[in-house]
Amino acid sequence: MSTTPISQSADALPQLEAASKGGKRRRNRGFNSTSPRELVIRYVLLLLVLAISIGPFLWQLSTALKSPSEDIYGASSGLIPQNPTGDNFGRVNDAIPVLKYIGNSVIVAALVVFGNIIGCTMAGFALARLKFRGRNLVIGLILATMVLPGEATIIAQYVTVKQLGFADTLLGVALPGMLGMINVLLMWNAFRGIPEEIDQAAIVDGANVWQRIRYIGFPAVKGSLAIVVIFAFIGAWDDFLWPLIVLTTPDNFTLTIGLQYLKGTFSNDPRLIAAGAMIAFIPIAIVFIAVQRWFFRGVGEGAVKG
Amino acid sequence: MRSHRWFTPWLLVAPALLWLGAFSFWPAINTVRMSFTNAKPLGGTEQWVGLRNYTNLFSDPQVANALLNSVVYMAVCLPLLTLLPLGIAVLVEKKIPGITFFRTSFYLPVIASAVVVALLWNLVLDEGGVVNNIVQSLKWVQGPIPFLTDRWLVVFSSISLTVWKGLGYYMVIYIAALGNVSKDLHEAAAIDGAGAWRRFWSVTVPGVRGAMILVAIMICVSALRIFTEPYFLTGTTGGPGGFASSFVMIIQQYARGLLGNLGYASALSVVLFFICLIPMLILARQNRKES
Repeated sequence: MSTTPISQSADALPQLEAASKGGKRRRNRGFNSTSPRELVIRYVLLLLVLAISIGPFLWQLSTALKSPSEDIYGASSGLIPQNPTGDNFGRVNDAIPVLKYIGNSVIVAALVVFGNIIGCTMAGFALARLKFRGRNLVIGLILATMVLPGEATIIAQYVTVKQLGFADTLLGVALPGMLGMINVLLMWNAFRGIPEEIDQAAIVDGANVWQRIRYIGFPAVKGSLAIVVIFAFIGAWDDFLWPLIVLTTPDNFTLTIGLQYLKGTFSNDPRLIAAGAMIAFIPIAIVFIAVQRWFFRGVGEGAVKG
Repeated sequence: MRSHRWFTPWLLVAPALLWLGAFSFWPAINTVRMSFTNAKPLGGTEQWVGLRNYTNLFSDPQVANALLNSVVYMAVCLPLLTLLPLGIAVLVEKKIPGITFFRTSFYLPVIASAVVVALLWNLVLDEGGVVNNIVQSLKWVQGPIPFLTDRWLVVFSSISLTVWKGLGYYMVIYIAALGNVSKDLHEAAAIDGAGAWRRFWSVTVPGVRGAMILVAIMICVSALRIFTEPYFLTGTTGGPGGFASSFVMIIQQYARGLLGNLGYASALSVVLFFICLIPMLILARQNRKES
């Protein structure tokens, strides 16, 4: 392991020399490039991590596609199903009202995403761009919630939701997450990055607060807002403990809660369990792959701002 | 020149303050209050019981067990999840062809619901599952390995799931942190003849020290907050005798049904909060020292 070139600049200097000497292929590689040997080691390690990270998903997908007659465990079973079939997905639908559960999950996720977009943008803008007495106190209170693990207040949260009359409802599941304090802080941080002068110029031009949010703030914080949306959606779609506590009527179950039934009812058929798990995983994987560009860019921006 | 009327900022922060009060501060206060009562999930009369919940808690073998599991969880996850994701972050930091594909793939376990992941690992680790089939067909073991039923094996199964799911999450934190590591220092070390491994330990690791402390604290707190993994791997009961239960599993069990006891669950929650506070205080001290 000791010779693994983990970092990039090891071979940068010799190649810079090579590039200045000419030679078409080498010149294209340019500064800060990688030696072929380093590249090979990098790709081997990347493929190793890839096998660990998505291998289990592929295996599960393959199990979901295998027909009842096909071996799923033994030495003879391969990753590629011999007779791929979509039947298992249909059988999940026969066993649990999976479309209904997906609909419930979508409702909860939509409420959480829209709540966060509106609430966190408003609060983040006010805390970052408007001067008012008590501003630091509000920021302090929001920061204070960061030390409060959600699980420690989940019982009392349930009591609150119950008293509001939202126990066993989808709104009750969505409500606490509709305005996340961490997201307010993210937006606060994003709005703080806008140069003061732009704001002042807009004020001189007579722009009111709403116009400044709409035309100056909002376009500048789109990246951070994308991160808020991604995390809010993933959090709502994947959550298990909170809906488990709030919901009691099977008709109101979100997908993650509904999947529990699959295990109990069909513990003998791993194909169905695998198909059910894939139904919950594939949509969110697609959403993430579609937005990953903004996600990783946002991570990079965070690093620059420190 | 005033750019806005006095109430405009308050109008904008009003929803946030409402949520802050209703879903953070009020539940926190109410948790402490309920911990001194015998409140029931189904309502009814609520009586003040003083410190009884707390005294019961300290002699509860379930609680001692959950604590023991948390400590084992931390001891195993801490080294693995502070170092492995850093290595992966270094690996994906460089923009080589196809790196976006790798980054995205490495993050997929993070976005998968813990339920999905636990169902998946059930299939892998079950007595009739893949791992057992492989090791048995290779004649390495006599009978199936009880990954999901043995008192300690189930804890380690749950840990392996947590580590697998955590790699991508902490990788992203490290990617952000690596942006601040000095490239000059790397090059200077390279000129001085330091190999890649040496530069990793002498330049990269000290360069991301702050992120590393943050990650370590996050791992400690999440080890205490673990729920879905053991819940699903043990078939919701915490395994034989409930020995694989986590703190949150006990809290959840007391939150519902006829046998529920919100007062006791609240006392457990208060204790959980104070235990989680310890690593956070350490982080706050570190931050003060550094700034």
